[in-house]
Amino acid sequence: MDALVNKRIAKVLKGDQNAFAEIVELYQHQLYQICYRMLGNKQEAEDIAQEAFMRAYVNIHTFDQKRKFSTWLYRIATNLCIDRIRKKKPDYHLDAEVRGTEGLNMYSKIANDDELPEEELMRMEVQERVQYEISRLPDKYRAAIVLKYIEELPLAEISEILDLPLGTVKTRIHRGREALRKQLSNL
Amino acid sequence: MNACPENVIHLMDDYLDGDISPSDERQLREHLESCSDCRKQYQALSKTIAFVQSASHIQAPSNFVQKTMGRLPKERQGASVQRWFRRHPMLAAAALFCVLMSAALFTNFNDDQQFSFTKQPNLVVEAQTVVVPKGHTVVGDLTVRNGDLRVEGELHGDVTIINGQYMASGGVITGEIEEIDKAFEWLWYTIKNGLKDAAAIFDTDDSQTKE
Repeated sequence: MDALVNKRIAKVLKGDQNAFAEIVELYQHQLYQICYRMLGNKQEAEDIAQEAFMRAYVNIHTFDQKRKFSTWLYRIATNLCIDRIRKKKPDYHLDAEVRGTEGLNMYSKIANDDELPEEELMRMEVQERVQYEISRLPDKYRAAIVLKYIEELPLAEISEILDLPLGTVKTRIHRGREALRKQLSNL
Repeated sequence: MNACPENVIHLMDDYLDGDISPSDERQLREHLESCSDCRKQYQALSKTIAFVQSASHIQAPSNFVQKTMGRLPKERQGASVQRWFRRHPMLAAAALFCVLMSAALFTNFNDDQQFSFTKQPNLVVEAQTVVVPKGHTVVGDLTVRNGDLRVEGELHGDVTIINGQYMASGGVITGEIEEIDKAFEWLWYTIKNGLKDAAAIFDTDDSQTKE
């Protein structure tokens, strides 16, 4: 797989734009899925996934072919998603982390207050509910949870994608898992 | 749950991460069997994971590839040239060298507008003309730049005239006569001389090694 991708990349570097279409073909579904689970919106997911491929194309000469291409690509995409999530947030000064928590700030408190009424939750289909619960997670935990449980990537790879130490990735997955458990306690 | 050792939570996390040693796993199992609170917590977390993993795999829209390719920046004109330079640095350097060299040669040609000639005894200068006077003999090669040459006496050697003329006037020249008056010929002449010099260097090298 990696050898195959590196061949395509070599062609792209020589100016063959069509070789890049084959790379898009290979990774489109996984990349789109990450974006969709992170953003919870089809239009935005499509937009950001395309943007990620575009940036990969423009910066392809900076990619180190000894590394895994998917890791590099997912990293571009998750960064774009996190930027997009932060831009969407209201312009209050809620960024300050609540003391004693990692990544838990006022947003997550608001998110909890925003909870839908129970009867509405009950009417949701399972798929809808899953996406709703993921999107309620703080974005730091969300990225880790999506990569771990939707993409089912190994922890070491998640740590490389998010550019975080392995220990931090574990903490985020544990906290994300615990937050989800609390959100789902009425299920 | 408060009574449970704190490391049970860690063991549970390790277990759910799929990153637990067999002895820790045994310890966790033993604890879960005896502690219903921890068992509930474990089951709730497992259920949460199963719930998230029940998210069906979704696919990109059918025209995703075309749309993405449509968003890529078009190849700029000259981009391929740039890439070629980047991928062939030696050839690029050689090409650059050629361009600079020819520029230098042409500049020399244009700058060298002043009159000059090889200094030899017995030569007389009249305005822009070098004269070998009647009854005199000059031995050796002679180069005249931006001027003419008139030989009334005898010249034993080759003559090169750049941007000028040789005016025959009854003298004797024993070598070859070469007139150069166009930029291209000047360039050719310089290159030829350069090669000759280079060959001379190699010849001396050879003779040295033979010795």
